[in-house]
Amino acid sequence: MFDQKPVPGKLIAVEGLDGSGKSTQVYLLHQWLQGFGCKVYFTEWNSSELVREATRKGKKRQLLTPTTFSLIHATDFADRYDRQILPMLKGGYIVLCDRYKFTSFARDYVRGNDPAWVREIYSYARQPDIVFYFKLPLEIALGRILEGRPDLKYFEAGMDLGLSADIQESFRIFQSRVMGQYDLMAAEFGFTLVDATLPIHQQQEQVRRIITEQIDLAKYRGKV
Amino acid sequence: MLTKQCYQAPPPGVDPERLGGLLIVVEGPDSSGRSTQIHMLSEWLEQKGFAVAQVGLKRSALVSSELENAMQGNVLSPRTMALFYATDFYDQLENSIVPALRAGSIVLADRYIFTPIARDVVRGANPAWVETLYSRALVPDAVYYLALSVRNLVDRTLESHGCLDYWESGMDIGHSRDWFDSFVWYQRRIREEFGRLQRRFSFETVNANRSVRATQNDLRKRIDAVLQQALVKF
Repeated sequence: MFDQKPVPGKLIAVEGLDGSGKSTQVYLLHQWLQGFGCKVYFTEWNSSELVREATRKGKKRQLLTPTTFSLIHATDFADRYDRQILPMLKGGYIVLCDRYKFTSFARDYVRGNDPAWVREIYSYARQPDIVFYFKLPLEIALGRILEGRPDLKYFEAGMDLGLSADIQESFRIFQSRVMGQYDLMAAEFGFTLVDATLPIHQQQEQVRRIITEQIDLAKYRGKV
Repeated sequence: MLTKQCYQAPPPGVDPERLGGLLIVVEGPDSSGRSTQIHMLSEWLEQKGFAVAQVGLKRSALVSSELENAMQGNVLSPRTMALFYATDFYDQLENSIVPALRAGSIVLADRYIFTPIARDVVRGANPAWVETLYSRALVPDAVYYLALSVRNLVDRTLESHGCLDYWESGMDIGHSRDWFDSFVWYQRRIREEFGRLQRRFSFETVNANRSVRATQNDLRKRIDAVLQQALVKF
């Protein structure tokens, strides 16, 4: 169950605050790798078919506590890890993850969960070959979200923490705490920092260069 | 009443010291007579004037129906199943057990963390990992394990259901394609695991090979002692 043997595939994760543009970057990366003929697989946070209904209900009806919020996301992750991520890695794919266990480490800690407990729960999940951390000043990330999509959701804004009765203010405080955790983890887990204030294509250029330097992409070209 | 605590740090927002009541757990395999015993205990305690709340596995508002659906499809990995059950458990801990204890009720739990731990470990989970998963749980005031010989378990299961259950036979593990052999093997493994858990968590074994009435009287005697102790402290 705790298999950490080397695998032929490569695991690449993107992390960052909401509004950091990481989903756009991982999308462009996916397109590029496919265009190059690589065997590539993309998976995003909170997308397991089996678990999604329960998560949706829990969020909509505000049934989740810090503990069950943590565990339901861990369940979602485990389902994707065991049925998609790990088999794909064993099958020699480049696996792209839009958010990985570090998202839980940050959010669950901010929600008051014991960090050692959360980390142990995810202890089976291998360290990615590269973690891109799309870093940008808090105010810019907040601005992108608050301007573009003002209907914030309850848990996304950290309203369950009772930080503020005002949902926008709660979102600000919550995001700043999550960012603090990302910054701490960046050193601990060796995140590769990308300046998310740069133009999109410049960030993408940097991402592609780093991948080319660290991964022999020719090895991942599928036989057509 | 008795001071409550969790195995490790409590879940955020739960203060065990503010809880009263009693948390009494009855563990044991299906067909051990567990539900019948709990039903009788509940009536007995209410006759004595205690408020009783009942909880059990897979009964959470949050995930019980999704968990049931996922099990029908039989596509969950053991790890996902472990986490799904843990989510169900903590939802009930925080939303049923804790409020009932805060109100001073006696909570009768139809299985607790031990059955899920045993099932997960038999399916290959690392025991330390599973125990960490459940380490935020409240330590019960008493745990009774209804122990039954595998022979009696087979007889009672076949008599009451006329067939064997897929999961209770451990068919997902693939030890044997023969349901009967698999059932016997799986129930032995679960029992061994309970033996290990008993040494770690010190719970009481109650011989459930006897009649319903004899088992019930034994349980009542033991629970009476817990009540005495709790009332003295109170």
